[in-house]
Amino acid sequence: MHEMSLLEGIIDLVEEEHRKQSFDRVRMIRIKVGDLATAVPDALRFCFDIIARGTIAEGARLEIDNVAGAAWCDACRHSVALIERFEPCPECGGAHLRLTAGDELQLTEIEVE
Amino acid sequence: MCTVCGCGTGHHGHAHGSGTINFGGGLAATHVAGWSQERTIRIERGILAKNDALAATNRNRLRAAGVLALNLMSSPGSGKTSLLVRTILDLTGRRPIAVIEGDQQTSRDAELIRCAGAPAVQLNTGNGCHLDAHMVSHALEELPLLPNSLLFIENVGNLVCPAAFDLGEAHKVVVLSVTEGEDKPLKYPNMFAAADLLLLNKTDLLPHLEFDMDACLAAAQRVNPTIEILPVSARTGAGLEAFYRWIDAAASTPDHEVTPHPRFVAPG
Repeated sequence: MHEMSLLEGIIDLVEEEHRKQSFDRVRMIRIKVGDLATAVPDALRFCFDIIARGTIAEGARLEIDNVAGAAWCDACRHSVALIERFEPCPECGGAHLRLTAGDELQLTEIEVE
Repeated sequence: MCTVCGCGTGHHGHAHGSGTINFGGGLAATHVAGWSQERTIRIERGILAKNDALAATNRNRLRAAGVLALNLMSSPGSGKTSLLVRTILDLTGRRPIAVIEGDQQTSRDAELIRCAGAPAVQLNTGNGCHLDAHMVSHALEELPLLPNSLLFIENVGNLVCPAAFDLGEAHKVVVLSVTEGEDKPLKYPNMFAAADLLLLNKTDLLPHLEFDMDACLAAAQRVNPTIEILPVSARTGAGLEAFYRWIDAAASTPDHEVTPHPRFVAPG
């Protein structure tokens, strides 16, 4: 359940932006969550309203963009799709894959008024 | 559509990687007096950015004080506290030790540590499943940070969440007891991938178990080819001298403050 902490991190970043720029409310918060990141999108959605309550983000919509896992295989020099972390290369069976996408945990943009 | 990032809004221009940009072209245009001005603000920051910044502050503070900090993580019941008590007793006179104890509730572990002779701060996380850099920063204020000392941060017993939060430690150490089964590194790979050292505890119980040591080592090395593995028993003391030598080596490495594991650095 560290999704609660991640959401607090998101709200902190939004409130930081609120101190820098003037807006009255946040309509939408867009985040990027990699399929191999340490967060579960459904859990983030489930907790969002509770964490946003009483903050500048109260009532905002949470939009989550998923990012599929991908890695570079040093052995066969291919970029491959990755469903699970630390699995061998689906092309050549090589063990040393370097993750290139899928571990994103990022606040992308907010829509404000 | 924006041809640079592919986002669907199409009403803005922005430079990638340039930080924050205001978008003036909301659905209600600026020149229409009295209409609310809706706009999109690009942020592009890692969600863990705040934690990572606090962790960097902790890391600098510990480095300046000459403290080697180890973040000790495992599932509940692997023997972290027993291992610490034994280590404190064994290293008395060799190296000062302080401990930050993380648990959901009670101060039982901190009391055990104090009985063993080391200063300890108990952090109760309530419903929280991990320690974060902010909690640790406050605990640091309560502890003596002596030169050439060792700080153990005993994380909340949990093989999942603590792996994602940098506390400012020099090394992450994962404890796995042989009663938990040899396949744990494959089932909870993020934790074992984040750690620099694996302490395989309760080896005194091996004669009573069907634990495949080779399979366990192979599993740990599959998710983390560079992980060091030391079999120990907090109960009998077997293998602990090797752990103390590992601590000495880590403490004497001039720049032991490593950057967080690359696979866990939040983007942005």
